Amino acid sequence: MSELIQQEQHVKLPEGSIGKQTTTLNLGPTHPATHGVFQNILEVDGERIVSAEQTVGYIHRAFEKIAERRPLYQITPLTDRLNYCSSPINNMGWHLTCEKLLGVTTPKRVDYLRVIIMELSRIADHLICNSIVGVDSGAFSGFLYVMQYRELIYEIFEEVCGSRLTTNIGRIGGFERNFTPAAFEKLERFLKEYPLTLKEFENLFNRNRIFMERTMGTGGISAERALNYGFTGPNLRATGVDYDVRVATPYSSYEDFEFDIPVGTTGDNYDRFMVRNQEMWQSIRIIEQAYRKVQEFKGAEAEVFHADVPEYYLPEKEDVYTKMEALIWHFKIIMGEIDMPAGEVYQAVEGGNGELGFYLISDGGRAPFRLHFRRPCFIYYQAYSELTKGALLADAVITMSSLNLIAGEMDA
Amino acid sequence: MSRPVQYNVKNEGGKILITDEMPSGLEGEGFFATKLSEVVGWGRKNSLWPMPFATSCCGIEFMATSASHYDIGRFGSERMAHTPRQCDLLMVMGTIAKKMGPIVKQVYLQMSEPRWVIAVGACASSGGIFDTYSVLQGIDQIIPVDVYVPGCPPRPEAIIDGLMKCQDLVGQESLRRRNSDRYKALLNSYGIE
Amino acid sequence: MSTVLTNQIIQKRLVEKFGDAVTNMEEPYGMFSFEVPKDLNLKVMEFLYDEPDLNFRFLTDVCAVHYPDQKGRELAVVYHLHNMVDNIRIRMKIFTDINEPDVFTATSLYQSANWQERETYDFYGVNFLGHPNLKRILNVDEMDYFPMRKEYPLEDRARLDKDDEMFGRGGSVV
Repeated sequence: MSELIQQEQHVKLPEGSIGKQTTTLNLGPTHPATHGVFQNILEVDGERIVSAEQTVGYIHRAFEKIAERRPLYQITPLTDRLNYCSSPINNMGWHLTCEKLLGVTTPKRVDYLRVIIMELSRIADHLICNSIVGVDSGAFSGFLYVMQYRELIYEIFEEVCGSRLTTNIGRIGGFERNFTPAAFEKLERFLKEYPLTLKEFENLFNRNRIFMERTMGTGGISAERALNYGFTGPNLRATGVDYDVRVATPYSSYEDFEFDIPVGTTGDNYDRFMVRNQEMWQSIRIIEQAYRKVQEFKGAEAEVFHADVPEYYLPEKEDVYTKMEALIWHFKIIMGEIDMPAGEVYQAVEGGNGELGFYLISDGGRAPFRLHFRRPCFIYYQAYSELTKGALLADAVITMSSLNLIAGEMDA
Repeated sequence: MSRPVQYNVKNEGGKILITDEMPSGLEGEGFFATKLSEVVGWGRKNSLWPMPFATSCCGIEFMATSASHYDIGRFGSERMAHTPRQCDLLMVMGTIAKKMGPIVKQVYLQMSEPRWVIAVGACASSGGIFDTYSVLQGIDQIIPVDVYVPGCPPRPEAIIDGLMKCQDLVGQESLRRRNSDRYKALLNSYGIE
Repeated sequence: MSTVLTNQIIQKRLVEKFGDAVTNMEEPYGMFSFEVPKDLNLKVMEFLYDEPDLNFRFLTDVCAVHYPDQKGRELAVVYHLHNMVDNIRIRMKIFTDINEPDVFTATSLYQSANWQERETYDFYGVNFLGHPNLKRILNVDEMDYFPMRKEYPLEDRARLDKDDEMFGRGGSVV
């Protein structure tokens, strides 16, 4: 016992901590509640947070620098790894950027197929985010339950591109191959089974008293502040601003579809959860419409899966081995013999977290002169300190997960 | 949606599945004799507690691995402690930037022996596609690694395979390995006393 | 407010206010883009922000570009602004000397500029005057160069096991 007391006297308190009313608490970068690598140095007064200082950059991978050394088609795998919960949206965004620069227009069927893929990945993204919000508020079952339906989405991706998570899906001008009948079968199965699951997931959470008590009124932000902080996507819509890139500047024929933009009112954790939840329903609506439109193509049109742009679209491997022309184009594209137009393009898509922008400057060379990713996470994570001011520590954890912070996207 | 419990514990023939083999030994009426190391190894390998150090994409695949569909719990590793003190398997999943390197090392040092490390995915194994100024070119530059799982990201099956490979290592490990000079030399080469 | 805001109106309003200071006006791929002198950047942004008919209240993006060949104007800082009411985007550029990369910060107008400017500083060393907390954000604090500038290599120079020209090391591949 005397030894213990002896030890206590040796504990040196940091300078300035005597007489201080608050405690400094380090949260992250390996804290289990952070779901990624962010560090927050919190100043807490008991359970209340006085201020939070965020540190990011723990998985900075220099995407933008790599992109300056890679030909356009080799940048697609990089975009996969931005927001890896919804890689296909990033891939499509990048292809759309290239197509804008190169002046390629895609056939309608390609657009619709892209919409299917993008909306599927939006569901996968929101599914993770919402179920993690559940995990952080103590409801693990929702996560375990919906994860198997995310597998159904991944099976569709696998059928289309051969990969699950980091898909590298599509090419400039379209897809690398046509959708197989099995892919459509899996899509049908998903459309049949998933709404039932989502309904059950909703039953677990939406009117759950405990969940509502935990999330309502925490981590809220006004629409004005959110806009000033550069919020986009579901987090902005939860504050009541109906800004959605799919509607504001439609790409990939989003104007052909009928869907609603769900908005919240207070921008708190519950609103963010509900907006994401509603967006999943809207995504299902869009996928159903797109699938119907895809089925309407008959004959030769039903086989179209890429634009007819041999100078940019990598030919199929089979053709490269058997056809002279395809071999020449393959060689020219791979060796960088194609003349790229010089110019500056900004293309935005509605990613899982908000406006994912690609600012591409081409000087006519093979690789971009400069490529900048507008990463929505990185921009709205700044507001975390304001969102958690005066909140309880436990609520700050839910706020973090409901913002859907993806470390890969944040740090690029 | 619901399915009978037998589905999980019985295979098609109705026989109860045996998940792991008993260590070999002398068996008789009311006793079973075997080497201590085998029992310890058998116990350890079927209750590896992972410390998921998930930084990026591979972490999402690990999420799938630990969730219901792939269920890492079948291998005795469902107990994710998230505190290095209670874990004996460090699973590093995702890119480790140079800024993150010291933290990985600190987590490793906080784990108590015996400890094992799996590097999941190309980034943790070798830096992967990110041969850049900010990315650590494989975590084996700072801590010793037992199993590497290739893939970018590896499929959940691959992660499970990596875990099973690690189980093999754990099961066969001699009780004295951690005290051996060779092991100490290995740690010393990483600057760990 | 009845008239729809178009690129021409923005151009007219800017020229009315700032005259010849606004240069290089063009419309690449439909987005109105212009250049202003670097000491006017905050004034122009304030004008775009405050004028009720322009109303550019949303800062989409801040980034920098390094043009090593343009002597005296090596670094460009590019702002993408968005008017969400009329749904129109514009791009504003300023150029600065790399030896004197002092630019006024936009944090007083847009909170979102805070980290984006820190990132720009981290990558290119653009010194944002008046920024509340201008320090490195993504890279380690000890870093002594600005890695996105064109003269610095992509690869980790400390790595010795991959010194093969064939794998793109040695700087011969662009």
